[in-house]
Amino acid sequence: MNALLEVNGLTKQFVKDDVGILALRDLSLSVQEGSFVTVLGRSGCGKSTLLNLVAGLIAPTSGTITYRGEAVTGPRTAIGYLTQSDTLMPWRDVRRNIEMPMEIGGVPAQRRAELSAELIERVGLQGFERHFPRELSGGMRRRVTLARMLIGGPETLLLDEPFGALDAQLRADLQAELLRLWQGSGQTVLFVTHDIDEALLLGDRIVVLGRLGKVVCDRPIDLPRPRDADELRVDPAFVALHREMTVALKKGAEA
Amino acid sequence: MSTGTGAAPVNVQVVPLERTWWQRHGGTVTVWISRVVLVAVLLVLWEWTAGRVFDPTFTSRPSDIWTKLVEWGADGTLWTNTLITIEEVLLGFAIGAAAGAVAGFVLATLRAVYRVLDPFIMALYAIPKVALAPLFIIWFGIGLTMKVLLAAATVFFLVFLNTAAGVREVDRGLIDAVRLMGGSRREIAVKVILPGAMTGLLTGLKVAIPYALIGAVIGELVASNRGLGYLINDSASQFDTAGVFASLVVLSVIAAILNLGVTMIDRRVSRWKPLEEK
Repeated sequence: MNALLEVNGLTKQFVKDDVGILALRDLSLSVQEGSFVTVLGRSGCGKSTLLNLVAGLIAPTSGTITYRGEAVTGPRTAIGYLTQSDTLMPWRDVRRNIEMPMEIGGVPAQRRAELSAELIERVGLQGFERHFPRELSGGMRRRVTLARMLIGGPETLLLDEPFGALDAQLRADLQAELLRLWQGSGQTVLFVTHDIDEALLLGDRIVVLGRLGKVVCDRPIDLPRPRDADELRVDPAFVALHREMTVALKKGAEA
Repeated sequence: MSTGTGAAPVNVQVVPLERTWWQRHGGTVTVWISRVVLVAVLLVLWEWTAGRVFDPTFTSRPSDIWTKLVEWGADGTLWTNTLITIEEVLLGFAIGAAAGAVAGFVLATLRAVYRVLDPFIMALYAIPKVALAPLFIIWFGIGLTMKVLLAAATVFFLVFLNTAAGVREVDRGLIDAVRLMGGSRREIAVKVILPGAMTGLLTGLKVAIPYALIGAVIGELVASNRGLGYLINDSASQFDTAGVFASLVVLSVIAAILNLGVTMIDRRVSRWKPLEEK
């Protein structure tokens, strides 16, 4: 398989007053098409910056990002990005929020309605079509955001701690839903998290980032699928991986 | 994407409530009854004290004011002058609000331009608009135009500043979300910044209503021979306090009606705001 996404010598520096603040330094990473890669790192290691760069929202200070051999210079609809914060339009109801990418893509209203109805059902929000974001719980808003991202039919998903703000039970539910939606879809996923359990449960491959996006560990996760969170916790292979990741995170923080 | 079976729907329990008419509307009714009682008490107190405690030459009395209103209503003075003032207020409000909304939206979107102009705008905003009246008289004479522009000048700045603040407070994340959907600059402006700035614009409109009235009436007080401001001036010069109060009553009624209009627009546009906690 060819690398779908290729990141080479990526450096990002933000300017604040007279100093440059380095967020990422010389990061290289390549992602195969159809794989589920989890990026594990402590907060402030440049994970979100990496996704913002890959999504084309900000430009790198130096280094290159190529997607299907093409340089990334701006956002593209083939890449769906679920950010950490809520970015639903508060003045649009659930249905109109989900339809928004298609509205911009110029899809006719009738087709939009069909697709959004299908997605609303898939993420389990039937009956909430006319609700506004502020009338929904955090978990439901996440589902709406997820549906909005999926409706454009992106081939690559960037997920930035998408379930970070949710309670443990809901997070487990949505993780299972994400896996169910992903399996067999052929989509490539880059999933950023600071939670070792989550990273091991979801990914085919795990990349641990240390300070300034230094790759301290990059290995496949060879746990058999489907994975069950409760069974996994007592699986010796999982426990060994978990320990390895804890060490890697610690090493990354010192480096 | 695999189609799968669909996630389990989110369940929300809807409980039918047995609420009586009073439980549902009691709060509103109590507030309105209290308002009516308050006004009645004040009017009675005023009527009673006039002539006993205060000299009615200065304070007039509600019954005299009513008589005056009826008298003016009968001879047409009330209607012609009220219509003139309303015309000035509406024209001034419309011109000032439209110019302020457009300028606020455009300038705040062009951040660099806004930064250059900001101190000048604030300096102009700080000028008491009454001070412009003599200048406007020189430029436009003492007709309708001068009052309309005096009202518009005040409304413009209030709407402008609030709209600009609304535009600048639009969540960066929402703009990025539209960029990710492949939205152009135009789509960002129409689908994110415009609705996002609506709250600021409405605040501006709401705040500006009394100022449109103030602008027009001050214009009339400074120089005119028509309108409610003229009526106030004219009555005062004849020591007719009932006439002054009658004009003031009409002015407050106009303000209340304009306010109601904006509240109704506000309710329509802001349906997405959080539900009231009950």
